[in-house]
Amino acid sequence: MTFGRKTDGSGRPGAALVAAETAFTRILFIVAIFVVLLLAAVFITLLIGSRESLSGIGLGFLYGRTWDPVSSEFGALPFLVGTILTSFLALAISLPFSVAIAVFLGEYFREGWVSAFLRSAIDLLAGIPSVIYGFWGLFVLVPLVRSFQMQIGVPPFGVGVFTSSLVLAIMIVPYSAALGREVIQLVPSDLKEAALSMGATRAEVIWKVILPYARSGIFAGVLLSLGRALGETMAVTMVIGNSNYIPKGIFSPANTMASLIANEFAEATEPIYVSSLVEIGLLLFVVTTVVNIIGRHVIKKTTVEV
Amino acid sequence: MDGTLLRIVKDRMFRAGVTVLSFCMLLPLLLILAYITRNGISAINWEFLVNLPAPVGESGGGISNALVGTVILVALASVLAVPVGIATGIFLSEYRKGRLAYAVRLCTEVLQGIPSIVIGIIAYAWVVIPMGKFSALSGGVALGIMMLPVVIRSTEETLKLIPESLREASLALGVPYYKTILRVILPAALGGITTGILISIARIAGETAPLLFTAFGSPFMETSILKPLNSLPLLIFNYATSPYQDWHTLAWGASFVLILMVLTLNFIAKVVTGRWKVKF
Repeated sequence: MTFGRKTDGSGRPGAALVAAETAFTRILFIVAIFVVLLLAAVFITLLIGSRESLSGIGLGFLYGRTWDPVSSEFGALPFLVGTILTSFLALAISLPFSVAIAVFLGEYFREGWVSAFLRSAIDLLAGIPSVIYGFWGLFVLVPLVRSFQMQIGVPPFGVGVFTSSLVLAIMIVPYSAALGREVIQLVPSDLKEAALSMGATRAEVIWKVILPYARSGIFAGVLLSLGRALGETMAVTMVIGNSNYIPKGIFSPANTMASLIANEFAEATEPIYVSSLVEIGLLLFVVTTVVNIIGRHVIKKTTVEV
Repeated sequence: MDGTLLRIVKDRMFRAGVTVLSFCMLLPLLLILAYITRNGISAINWEFLVNLPAPVGESGGGISNALVGTVILVALASVLAVPVGIATGIFLSEYRKGRLAYAVRLCTEVLQGIPSIVIGIIAYAWVVIPMGKFSALSGGVALGIMMLPVVIRSTEETLKLIPESLREASLALGVPYYKTILRVILPAALGGITTGILISIARIAGETAPLLFTAFGSPFMETSILKPLNSLPLLIFNYATSPYQDWHTLAWGASFVLILMVLTLNFIAKVVTGRWKVKF
């Protein structure tokens, strides 16, 4: 039943009811502020945690080429290169596939069992945990890449930038494919029908009308995939070869910012070592946040708020 | 000669190319599932599920502590993330415009995009350092932070779909505002909210990176949240990267169990709770 009397006889709400209402509204506000404070606390923690290397090493951290904990030399350049190389290579490899899936599901097969089947398959791909991708990559992809490297005369590491880009590419396809499909479906039919009525083939409608119209949405999907690729840790750690030097080419082993932290954080001993690793985490946080915010901003501009 | 034939050929080839590329993605999916099933199924038997991991060279090792650990970590994360997440979702759907709502939405999106390894660093700084040791609690905090944005978003999306008429009818009958939310609107949204919770559980059950230096892993069966404990993804990572063949086999088996768990959760989330949704 109601707790407290609803009204106190005068028609106005009783005291207990008012108290309950205000408490409820207050709790909502407190929880909302908590979320904002949580993010602020995350950022501040990363800043405080990296203060030793921020002040001790300063800007040289970003272009230092040696990462040698034993002699206390910490330069992040090998990992910046490793991260950018793997992420952009993965993006390039995944792009044809995600655009193809987006076009297939958004234009050719919007409904029906083929569409449902492909959509479930892509959802499945997105749901596989990253450590399993890494495990599979280590035992299946690495030997394949190794024999490929032997055929083309490169040192047959098997692991390296190329292999991790391959695994990353498979992992990020679902994100840009899903977003691309949504924007392609939103293209107004009268634009398509106008092109068709002038005699364009279906492919021409896609190339010349749909894709240009959906361009920014597809770009947003690409950015979101990039954000995911930048932060991916486990699959990359298991197949990238874990070398703390700048990779010489796409077949060399390397390390990304995320895989470096995964490998070395648990064993970092001196404060400057831990602080350098936290600073790498801070860099990672800033870069992925910027990429994600730009991506979501572009999405907001292209989709209609219901 | 008006080039029409060429255009038609290009059209057919484009369509064929798009189809081929789309279904190319099925290849790695099938390969992964096939490998895990083939190598993992042979490792599964009753001892596998109830034994503790054995030292190298001894047979009969199992994944029981990892299974229990995963359940404990997921439960901890849910306790932390679900109440806060649902409340924030209610806030966002009630105060849709306004500066605080905008800030909360932005923070939710940023939180969702933070790499999981960075969240591990945060949980390390917030829980492991003050406690002085690794623990399930820190792992639960890390996974809870990852779970929170997903719960917030799915709650808000579900509540948005509920028509205003339901709320107005309740208020017109004299039901107090807070009761309208708790007893009328929220139960109607239960299906969508549960879906969001299940999907986020499926996601964090497979996470390894934030646990590497929080829950840390352990060869023993631990049920106390103040001690380090093992989880399925941690076990897979440690065993897969080891040089021992029998540990690789265990890792395949554990991968099979993990994939089964994740797929079942996703399936339940989409199919079953879809039936709970109140249709308007």
